[in-house]
Amino acid sequence: MTTPNPQLDAQGRLKHFLTIDGLSRELLTEILDQAEGFLGVAQQAVKKVPLCRGKVVANLFFETSTRTRTTFELAAKRLSADVLNLNISTSSTAKGETLLDTLRNLEAMHVDMFVVRHAESGTAHFMAAHAAPHVSIVNAGDGRHAHPTQAMLDMLTIRRHKPDFDQLSVAIVGDILHSRVARSQMLALRTLGVPDVRVIAPRTLLPTRVEEAFGVTAYHDLSEGVRDADVVIMLRIQRERMNSALLPSEHEYFQLFGLTEERLATAKPEAIVMHPGPINRGVEMDSQVADGRRSVILEQVTNGIAVRMAVMSMCLGNQHLGSPSQEEATHA
Amino acid sequence: MSKSDIWKDTAAIETAIDTMTERLRERLERRGIERPLMIGIHTGGVWVAERLHARLGLAEPLGHLDISFYRDDFSRVGMHPQVRPSYLPVGVDDRHLILVDDVLQSGRTIRAAHNVLFDYGRPASVTLAVLLERDGRELPIAADVAGFEAGFGADEQIKLSGPEPLLMLRARRGANPIR
Repeated sequence: MTTPNPQLDAQGRLKHFLTIDGLSRELLTEILDQAEGFLGVAQQAVKKVPLCRGKVVANLFFETSTRTRTTFELAAKRLSADVLNLNISTSSTAKGETLLDTLRNLEAMHVDMFVVRHAESGTAHFMAAHAAPHVSIVNAGDGRHAHPTQAMLDMLTIRRHKPDFDQLSVAIVGDILHSRVARSQMLALRTLGVPDVRVIAPRTLLPTRVEEAFGVTAYHDLSEGVRDADVVIMLRIQRERMNSALLPSEHEYFQLFGLTEERLATAKPEAIVMHPGPINRGVEMDSQVADGRRSVILEQVTNGIAVRMAVMSMCLGNQHLGSPSQEEATHA
Repeated sequence: MSKSDIWKDTAAIETAIDTMTERLRERLERRGIERPLMIGIHTGGVWVAERLHARLGLAEPLGHLDISFYRDDFSRVGMHPQVRPSYLPVGVDDRHLILVDDVLQSGRTIRAAHNVLFDYGRPASVTLAVLLERDGRELPIAADVAGFEAGFGADEQIKLSGPEPLLMLRARRGANPIR
C-alpha cells in the first residue's frame, strides 16, 4: 500500500477502526474470523473472557442509539473491559466544551478506547488524528460517511449463511443517499469479492455516480432489483426525510419499495433478508417478511456483539505492539 | 520457524497413545469414573484427543477448547491470529473431565484452559493427559498421564504436526516458545 492508512500502524495492523475504505480483504477476513471465535462466548455459563481486563472503553454517543450503544457496551463487558457511557446531551459539551477538550479529559482518566458516534461526517477520523498514541478510536457511525462495525456484522451474518462471497448477488434497498450503513456495506461487499452488488432506490435517494464510485448496479424497481439475489438488505427510512420532499408518503414508499413476500418471490428461494434495525414495519418491509423464515435480522444483532468484540480486542491488543521507545515512555 | 528434525515418528506416537489409553483406563477404573467427558486443546491437543476418544470408545462427542481469549500474554503479543471457537457438546457441571494437550511445558496453556472450563461450569474433576511432558514448567501444574517424558534445552521447541500423519518435530529457536 502506498498511502498511509490512518487506521493502521506501521506494520499494517489495526489501530483504529474508522471506515472500511482502504482496508484489505485479508484484514476484513481476519475480523470475521476473530468474530467467529467470539460467537462461542455467549454459550459459556460465564459470558465473559478476560482478554481486555483492566482496559477502559468510553462510549461517546453524540447521537442517540440503542442497539449500537448497548451492543458495544456488551461487547466491551464480555471482554472484561470497564465501560464508561457518556451521556453527551447532559455532559460538558452542552456547556460548550469542545470535542478535543472532552478527548483530552478522558485521556487524562486513562481511557484506552473511544467508541464514537456523531452526526458530523469525519468525527472519528478527527479524533483519531488528535488522540494520544496509546488510544484507539472506533467509529460507531459518523454522519452520512461510515458505520464500519454495522457493515462487518452484516458481512459475518452473510458469511454464516453464504460462505462464498465470490458467488453472491447482494441487493441493498432504501435510502442509499443518506445511509452511512449502505456506504460501508458497499465497500465491504466489494472488498470481500462479491461480484454483483445492487442498490435499489428511488432516484432521489441514490447518490450521483453511485455505480462508478462503488462498483455497484443501480435499480429503480424492487422486483427487478432483487431478481435472483442471494441476500436482500433493507435500510431504515428515516421518517424525517418524508418531510423533506425526497420521499412521497410512507404509504406510497411502501407501495413501491416496501419488501413483501410477493416482491421477494423473484429472489433466490434460499435468499436471506437483512435489516440494520430498528424496522419501520409497513414502511421498509411487511411484518410477514420481517418475521418470516428468510429473515436473519435478530442474528444480525447477536453477530454485532461478536464483531465488536473482534474489532475492540484487535485494536486494544495492537496498542502495545508499537515502537519499544513508546512502550518505555508509557512505563516511565 | 527454524530448521526442524523429527523427534518421534508416527509409529512411536501411536504406541505412546496406546500407553496413554491404558493408563487412562486404569485411572478411570481406580476412581470409579464411568462417563468421562474428553476435551482437546486446539490444535495439537485435539488431534491426540481424537485418537484417545476413539480408543476409549467414549459415547459423548469430543469437546474442543481454544484458549486464545484466556492467554496471559495478550498485552504483549495482541490477538492470536487463528482463533477457533471452543465447542463443548454438553455441560461440564459435575462432570469428570479429561483435558488433553500435545506438549506440557510452561503450564500456561493449562492454566488458561482451566479458566475457560470454569467459565463453562464447575466440573467434578479434571484429569490432564498430554502426549509429551517436558521440562520448563513455570506454574505448579503436572500431567496425570503422559505419553512421553523428556528434557530438552531451553531453546529447543517440540511441536506436534498433524492431523495426518502425526509427527513430533524438534526445532531450535532464539526466542521463547510460543506458549
